[in-house]
Amino acid sequence: MRDRMIFAAQLLFTMLVAAFLVVPAGLSMTAGITVNYFRGIQSGLTLQWVVQVWELYASTILLSFVIAFGTLAVTLLAGVPAAYALYIRGGRLSRGVEEIITLPVAIPGLALALGLLLTYGGFGDFRRSWLFILVGHVIFTMPFMVRSVMAVFANVDVKTLDEGAASLGASPWRRFRDVIVPNASPGILAGSLMVVTLSLGEFNLTWMLHTPLTKTLPIGLADSYASMRLEVASAYTLIFFIMIIPLLVAMQWFGGRGGVR
Amino acid sequence: MSHRSFVWLCLLPLSISTAAFFLLPMAKLLITGSEGPKGFSEYLSIVVEPRYRMTLINTVVLAAATTVTTLVVATITGMFLQRHRFPGRSLLIAILTFPLAFPGVVVGFMIILLAGRQGLIGEVTSRLSGDKLVFAYSIHGLFLGYLYFSIPRVILTIMAAAQKLDPGLEEAARSLGAGPWAVQRDVVLPALMPAFVAAGAIAFATAMGAFGTAFTLATNIDVLPMLIYTEFTLAGNLATSAALSIGLGVITWMILALARSFSGNAVAAAG
Amino acid sequence: MKTGLEHGVSLRVEGCAKTYADGTRALEPTTLDVASGETLVLLGPSGCGKTTLLRIIAGLETPDSGGRVLFDGKDLTSSPIERRNVGMVFQSYALFPNMTVAENIAYGLKIRGVAKPERAARVAELVQLTNISGLEDRRIDQLSGGQRQRVALARAVAIRPSVLLLDEPLTALDAALRERLRSELNRLLRTLGITAIYVTHDQAEAMELGDKVVVMRKGAIAQVGSPRDIYFKPADRFVAEFIGAANIIEAPIEDGRLMLAGGRQPVNGSEDLTTAVAMVRPETIRIVRSDGAALNGVVESVRFSGDRQRIVVRDVSDKPLVVDTANTIEVAVGERIGLAIAPEAIRFLPPDRR
Repeated sequence: MRDRMIFAAQLLFTMLVAAFLVVPAGLSMTAGITVNYFRGIQSGLTLQWVVQVWELYASTILLSFVIAFGTLAVTLLAGVPAAYALYIRGGRLSRGVEEIITLPVAIPGLALALGLLLTYGGFGDFRRSWLFILVGHVIFTMPFMVRSVMAVFANVDVKTLDEGAASLGASPWRRFRDVIVPNASPGILAGSLMVVTLSLGEFNLTWMLHTPLTKTLPIGLADSYASMRLEVASAYTLIFFIMIIPLLVAMQWFGGRGGVR
Repeated sequence: MSHRSFVWLCLLPLSISTAAFFLLPMAKLLITGSEGPKGFSEYLSIVVEPRYRMTLINTVVLAAATTVTTLVVATITGMFLQRHRFPGRSLLIAILTFPLAFPGVVVGFMIILLAGRQGLIGEVTSRLSGDKLVFAYSIHGLFLGYLYFSIPRVILTIMAAAQKLDPGLEEAARSLGAGPWAVQRDVVLPALMPAFVAAGAIAFATAMGAFGTAFTLATNIDVLPMLIYTEFTLAGNLATSAALSIGLGVITWMILALARSFSGNAVAAAG
Repeated sequence: MKTGLEHGVSLRVEGCAKTYADGTRALEPTTLDVASGETLVLLGPSGCGKTTLLRIIAGLETPDSGGRVLFDGKDLTSSPIERRNVGMVFQSYALFPNMTVAENIAYGLKIRGVAKPERAARVAELVQLTNISGLEDRRIDQLSGGQRQRVALARAVAIRPSVLLLDEPLTALDAALRERLRSELNRLLRTLGITAIYVTHDQAEAMELGDKVVVMRKGAIAQVGSPRDIYFKPADRFVAEFIGAANIIEAPIEDGRLMLAGGRQPVNGSEDLTTAVAMVRPETIRIVRSDGAALNGVVESVRFSGDRQRIVVRDVSDKPLVVDTANTIEVAVGERIGLAIAPEAIRFLPPDRR
């Protein structure tokens, strides 16, 4: 009896917490397709807000994808080989490098953005292009890629695999291509999902680095929250949810699978 | 090419990008912080100047309150979900973890929908008592926002830690005569301590540096990230904003480093 | 069986030492020769430097300056492993999880630019040789430990290596399987006629597989010899005690006899000795009737283990004597028994250094 009471109380509490998280998200989704949020759902359903958002902000959505995949490409090209080098080399130097590249996780995005502005703000063309935002995203997401790949390296004992391939006559580059990268693929995939998700949602850095011509989705969101009617802001948020939720689901799915194996 | 030089080559792109776009900007930030009229003492202003100090205290109190509340809430729900199997459990887990990657601005908007001028809470309270309760744009709203993005992350960490808990430990304690509360107090909670420290440190550090939520809720909230932002954009006070952001960075980094030395690598992994 | 594999280089390790960056000496300067087609076993307890020596030969570690590794007289010290044409079987096998069994075996040939049909033929040949037919398309995580071991071996041999290097290849397996694979491996090594270096801490493996056994201790070679030499003529107390069971007796010598508490034991070749450290293998001691025996003692314990029994006898020497005897002999604890040891079964050891 007492056990059932405790169970019921805990369940109720958990459901309350879940409601706290899901209710506003639900509100926002319905608001985005309601004719008049103030009058409620009985005012009718409409896609006019979504269309309006698309007309106003399509460029921010596009730019967000460009930056996210650009960030992914750079973190893959620089991060995966680096993860290999850091893992294989080991030792104090590698730990030091790892520590440094992980710092952007701990340091607030504002500080990072400020540093970038102070250093490169004077290079007008660079400052004005979306590459400036990309640079910030790369620095911020790099540790997630490197760590994710290194974790897999530790799991599959990639050092011995590397030696095995070397004993069969493969050059360092062949080994990297034939053995290292294929066996790191779960980590590369997990890291990639993380990088894209983080880049799509990044605001702290991006707000400081953006220009009126280089607005990303979260910048547009903040803009709409400040200046648009609630229905438009909600419709915009709805679009963001639709983009980001598949990524989250994929991440959880792969994470769960990784845990089982 | 020898293996040695191949390994160095592998490190090269990362080293260049980190040096150019992280180390150099950080160094520049450090220098700028000391180039104001007050020189190096600018770095002390975060604790010396009453207005900045007040903001710092505000931020720390808010982050600490967020951390403690999140830990309590997440422990109760996380342990419950890890221990029991019932229909709808995986849906609950999905709901509790999906805000994981919401950016701060979106979280701010969620709080506006909940406790803003057109929010649900205001609606309900005005129907019940005639008084419309609106607190989204105050420090309470910010607190709620920080809870919103801390809870999913901490729940995940605690569930993972609870899953690794050896059930033999609890059984052993019970075989020695410990009651259910004593088992929780003496065995389960101590075993989860590293997870608490790790998750708590991340919640704290994130709350210290979070900018998007405060920015969306805006108006009269006095926290460090907002202060840095206004000093930089509105007052154009480069030295102060640089010094303050260095200070903020050092604080969050230290919290994470401390927690990591205390609880092994869990912090880094969860970060 | 004709395999087209009968080849192998002679190998020379010359003054190779290994000191790690933190100053630990893993290997003292070591010189070693391996004849073409010979199987050499590096045997010793963990941390004795055997794996370090193997990795130096492989090219996975560089020796301290001055050390040289020669294959057929050619100095390969500065060549990395991928240019030495060695075949290596790792303790953890290091099979590539992203490739099938056949792809694993063929990988070295692919690297060498061998054409596809020839690769396939070679894989078929090796699959046959190592008894893993039918597993070609399996993924590595679908294989048992013993199957993995065979794939690792097939992969290493496929490239027709100059030297086959095996780093504790059977250690990860359970006892029964280990024994079976050991004799299979033995057959394979004889068939291939390849030069092989085999690292193990298991003396039974070393005895069975080695043409020559190198016993190592604390980064240095303690003894090199045939398995029989190592067993019956150990160079020192360490080798004697590491290989099999050994009774070490310290006693004075008078008139060609060891003066023991339980009697006088005749020995050979003791002319210039007054005291001796002598070794007797337990299975060379016979139990005889007490009266009239040269040595007498009291049974302290009997350990019957089915196929044989081990009896510990006290009051014979300064330490209790271990005797392995046929399982049909029945003795009781406390019984007084006689012991007989042939003089040639006693081997003098040099007094302990240090």
